[in-house]
Amino acid sequence: MSRIGVFVCHCGMNIERTVDTQAVAATLSEHSGVVFTTDYNFLCADPGQRLIRDAIAEHKLDGIIVAACSPAMHEPTFRRVAAEAGLNPYLCEIANIREHCSWVHQDRDKATQKAIRIVKTLVEKVRGNQPLEPLRIDHDDKCLVIGGGIAGIQAALDVAESGFEVILVEKEPSIGGHMAQLSETFPTLDCSQCILTPKMVEVSRHPNVRLLTYSEVVEVTGYVGNYEVKIRKNPTYVDPDKCNLCGECVKVCPKSVGSEFERGLVERKAIYIPFEQAIPSSYTLDEEACLGLHPLRCSECAKVCEPKAIDYDMRPEYIEESVGAIIVATGYSLYPISSLTEYGGGQIPDVIDGLQFERLLSASGPTSGEVRRPSDGKIPKKVVFIQCAGSRDPERHNAYCSKICCMYTTKHALLYRHAVPDGEAVVFYIDIRAGGKGYEEFTQHAIEEERILYLRGKVSKVYRQDDRVVVWGVDTLSNRRVEIEADLVVLAISMNPHPSNLALSKILKISCDADGFLKEAHPKLRPVESLTAGIFLAGAAQGPKDIPEAVSQSSGAAVKAVTLLTKDKLIHSPEVVEIDEAICGGCGICVDMCPYNALAVNGAGVAEVNEVLCEGCGSCVSACPTGAAQLKNMTTQQFVEMIEVALQDG
Amino acid sequence: MAKLNDNGFEPKIVAFLCRWCSYAGADLAGVSRMTYPANIIPMRVNCSGRVDAGMVMAAFEKGADGVLIGGCHPGDCHYVNGNYKTRRRVILLKRALAEVGVKPQRLHLEWISASEGVKFQRTVTEFTGLIKELGPSPMSGDGED
Repeated sequence: MSRIGVFVCHCGMNIERTVDTQAVAATLSEHSGVVFTTDYNFLCADPGQRLIRDAIAEHKLDGIIVAACSPAMHEPTFRRVAAEAGLNPYLCEIANIREHCSWVHQDRDKATQKAIRIVKTLVEKVRGNQPLEPLRIDHDDKCLVIGGGIAGIQAALDVAESGFEVILVEKEPSIGGHMAQLSETFPTLDCSQCILTPKMVEVSRHPNVRLLTYSEVVEVTGYVGNYEVKIRKNPTYVDPDKCNLCGECVKVCPKSVGSEFERGLVERKAIYIPFEQAIPSSYTLDEEACLGLHPLRCSECAKVCEPKAIDYDMRPEYIEESVGAIIVATGYSLYPISSLTEYGGGQIPDVIDGLQFERLLSASGPTSGEVRRPSDGKIPKKVVFIQCAGSRDPERHNAYCSKICCMYTTKHALLYRHAVPDGEAVVFYIDIRAGGKGYEEFTQHAIEEERILYLRGKVSKVYRQDDRVVVWGVDTLSNRRVEIEADLVVLAISMNPHPSNLALSKILKISCDADGFLKEAHPKLRPVESLTAGIFLAGAAQGPKDIPEAVSQSSGAAVKAVTLLTKDKLIHSPEVVEIDEAICGGCGICVDMCPYNALAVNGAGVAEVNEVLCEGCGSCVSACPTGAAQLKNMTTQQFVEMIEVALQDG
Repeated sequence: MAKLNDNGFEPKIVAFLCRWCSYAGADLAGVSRMTYPANIIPMRVNCSGRVDAGMVMAAFEKGADGVLIGGCHPGDCHYVNGNYKTRRRVILLKRALAEVGVKPQRLHLEWISASEGVKFQRTVTEFTGLIKELGPSPMSGDGED
């Protein structure tokens, strides 16, 4: 390749401030094989793109380097521009002189010298590149949705309505997630279950949805459009087809444990249904709580079960599915209350978390909607709500804002005032973050018309005194110390990532951010995609969100999945391995190294590549003893040339 | 021979960064405007497992004073297990370097995820400092280890 063009972008002042782009262009014009160089203010803008197209035509360029931002930003843009000018897009390379240079250095001379070296390496790379055509591959047209909360339900419904089959996997015995636990939703005070349960029913009855509850994704292999998924369906020990929901088993079961759905406020039996509207509507025998699955150990439930629905011999069932796209909607968990020792979390029974208070407010909750405190069942006459419990506290707890707590605390205080008209509600807050449709009005209404006392300041200590809970805090607006004797303290506890995120991120090969939420491909422009093609994110799995946001993101993720599934063929990168048959010794080391089974030694005793399976990692290239295996456009020879110019003096 | 003057010595360092984790971590360091020494020349590889012995030895032969390899954390490799292959290869390469008289510390492997811009900055800063202390590589002609 002998007619290479180099385009150096100023990116406004982003690059130009620390890199002398003219000097970069001038130096590169001396470099062997480079016939055209220029610098320009914004190459990604329309006139910049036109400049590149015109230069390719005018100077008959057979390779170009765009020295600009990270290839993660604009590699597709500039490769498209090259193609528009008739240049094979794989003969366009991006030199990252912004993220890796101008933004991280301050000395203009040093940054300019480094930028020159970076651009030179890409010139050498493009010199060794060959024109490639993308591979076109078939794909499966099913979608896997992981998580059956409101986010997963919405995503599953949207994909199913578009005509594609959905496998909806939920870890718990019922779908519904946290939204099923809520009493009412802010700011409209809709009954949460009333708006959720129709969707639960719809998704469970949808002809395109296969619902797998009490199930977990244990293995995912493959690649975009062609994922092989292994799901473990855990045994419920109850046949849902036979169970008639008589509930006799629950009456005789001798073992009780804290109810997860009621957040430990009451107990459930070892055989249980999480809540009345649970879907599927069937009982589950919790094998960890059960006295023993062996009929000789207890078997009280089986004895009374008339339809003989209980089967102690049920075993985990492994289900394998091929899917084209995956939507991850694992939701959130709460920051452990016992970590908030300064607030008596986990030690004082009348210090509870927000979800527990939801259950106390809920008409279907353990107190039938009467607000009664856990310790003695009395109606609390003074309730203190503490916001940012575990949030916005980088020294001790989570640094981030959990986003939903300001609003749900307002809702809690308001619903409490409605339930206990002579009760006093006090809210400690740092700021009130009420961004959202109708949110600010909702908060203002609560403060002004519902006689809720908002105190701006942090609580330093909560302790028990006789049967009351004493809250020490400070009112920073009047600069006074405040001491309140309350009957109940409700912590607006921080949202944590779902504990399954970490394991799942490894199974799916997607990333978690520093806080443990799933990482999106781009925080602003690709918020519903993961960095792995074909895997999308929905709801609080990606970061703290309220219901409307989770639902919107789910519909967004569904559209992304549907866009992929609707395609006739998917494009697969042609930057895959090729074997030089003349020097391949047929040793088969590459076959063992390949994580995708893309290589095999054929009858002629040389390795053969299945290009569609090859993901281009290059494990085989590094291990090939003869150098016969090479990644197209990333050959060892190319790297050696790149290294040489990177290290050249001057 | 300003290069031999320890204070003024500006080492040349080649960094092979895997596209999914460390290269993206370096991008994040950029987006977050973190600063670090300008001595490294980054090169994008699909996977740290692609970095073969030939590439590392070529870098030292052609005058690198240090080589940094950045990969995904164990268990997080985009290509299932490429980083484990790198980990083993780096152990062997360090031995090979010692045999030819190059201090094995001149080759450094670090796991840097896409969200660890701070770790990228710290790694580059510390590694550049270490190579400055070690001085020029004996393979680049005028140093001794």
